Amino acid sequence: MPLSDKLKEKINKTVSKSETKQSALIPVFHEVQSEHGWLSQESMEEVAELLGIPPASVQNVATFYTMFFTKPVGKHVLWLCRTLSCALRGAEQVEHYLSEKLQIHTGETTPDGKITLLEAECLASCGTAPVMLIDDELHENLTKKRIDELIEKLRRE
Amino acid sequence: MPEMRIIRTYVDRANSESIRSYIASGGYTALPTALKMDPLRIIDEVKKSGLRGRGGAGFPTGIKWSFIQRDSKKPIYLCCNADESEPGSFKDREIIERDPHQMLEGIIIACYAINSHKCYIYIRGEMPKGARVLETSIYEAYEKGFLGENILGSGFNIDVVLFKGAGAYICGEETGLLESIEGKNGEPRPKPPFPAQIGLFGCPTIVNNVETLACVPHIINRGAEWFSSIGTPKNTGTKIYGLSGSINRPGLYELPLGIPLRELIHEYGEGVPKGRHVKAISPGGSSAPVLTAEEIDIPMDFDSLAKAGSMLGTAGVTVIDDSTCMVRVAENLAHFYRDESCGQCVQCREGTWWLEKMLAKIEEGRGRMEYIDTLLDACFQMKGTTICALADGCAMPIESIVKKFRHEFEEHIRLGKCPFGDRHMGTWDESN
Repeated sequence: MPLSDKLKEKINKTVSKSETKQSALIPVFHEVQSEHGWLSQESMEEVAELLGIPPASVQNVATFYTMFFTKPVGKHVLWLCRTLSCALRGAEQVEHYLSEKLQIHTGETTPDGKITLLEAECLASCGTAPVMLIDDELHENLTKKRIDELIEKLRRE
Repeated sequence: MPEMRIIRTYVDRANSESIRSYIASGGYTALPTALKMDPLRIIDEVKKSGLRGRGGAGFPTGIKWSFIQRDSKKPIYLCCNADESEPGSFKDREIIERDPHQMLEGIIIACYAINSHKCYIYIRGEMPKGARVLETSIYEAYEKGFLGENILGSGFNIDVVLFKGAGAYICGEETGLLESIEGKNGEPRPKPPFPAQIGLFGCPTIVNNVETLACVPHIINRGAEWFSSIGTPKNTGTKIYGLSGSINRPGLYELPLGIPLRELIHEYGEGVPKGRHVKAISPGGSSAPVLTAEEIDIPMDFDSLAKAGSMLGTAGVTVIDDSTCMVRVAENLAHFYRDESCGQCVQCREGTWWLEKMLAKIEEGRGRMEYIDTLLDACFQMKGTTICALADGCAMPIESIVKKFRHEFEEHIRLGKCPFGDRHMGTWDESN
């Protein structure tokens, strides 16, 4: 999908506010991803052209950061924390439960394209472990009941 | 015993994040005082307070600020490190989400002190709520004239920009953070030059942690002497300790620096659940070498932990109980660092990978006795040999686990399986 005129306008505004063109790159990626859901080859090439940066270095940065998707993901992304404090509070069992429930492995997307399940490193919410981020919302003290409700809500949409 | 709340005073109050609530509770009163002071006096006051950086290294904040050449011809930048990513650490997120103006007021005072007119707040991508709150707070502060041109009629101009990261632990390392703001991979730079000389966009830059900056308005309001009377002579003020893992009352506790670890775990955290016992403690975020249950009588401050061969770091305390396999703990940590290594340095890129592989083999019962010394050798070779401290952050806790719990590694190898069984790690209170 090519960048819309509205998005290009937004990007140009971001570039004009940035210290250097390169320093607009990460904010621009956020803008493109929030509109398209991911960063396609095509959109990265357009960004490269708009910012006057070689496409290879645009792609280099996009692939360095785990939250930028260079492959399509589901409509909703579940980031389940796997790091120590959550692991001590049963994150592996939560992962198993989610994986069974969604019938996918971590790293995969449900066949209807709705949900992608990913592993996150420490989400800075160790005191309320286990936790996961669903799109832009953090969910703490996960229980089976809470997970059932959250997934049900995503499925109903 | 109650906490000693200075920074956390209002976090439980409804709408505590709003500028209205902050002003109603005496917020933004340090700023007019500071703007009437000579900037050098502010730096002096912060030096005298003894405030040490709360991001992990514990470097004296006032001294860091004094490294800036205030009459630099280039712009001077302040970066607020809100990239809280250290496993076990979750204190900055609360300040950001529940009392962000405290940090913003600290930012404005710091900028005035170091003669900076622009601050970037680097918030990690995994904190969308924090980013939303900060967007509002920054807007509110502009509306009230605390940010922008000629703030409070002082003639001083300041802009604050929120910069959202996108998932990279390494961007919490100060030069990785600078690279990221510049739109590049968060690959740390060799030091020297330090950011105070050559930082963001090649200009003099100070990078301070969220909690550090949140201390500043209190120091201005109540004085360096008051601040330095809390804690111990070289570890002053309160610290927000995080308790997580196998503990009855996990959460944040603000207490004077130097509180005994035993008190923190057994009194504030009310001990370990289900009749289990403390086996190991990661006292300052996952990069800190672990302590054993026998080492629990230690004051939780920078110097005492350093003396004991560990570190206070971010003061995120993770408690590990006696039902947990230490090989699994080490493997979990190695996985984290392998995932987060930026890959610039061979020792880190390869070392984290090999540590995880070897630990997984031992855990699966496919290890050999000589692996144990190979693990220690790999840790030794990773320490102090790379551009940044990520490799050390991986090697130090793993080395401590292998050394302090060597018998568990030997048992895995002897039995050809994990003595704790191959069930899942940890305990999920699934119906809590």
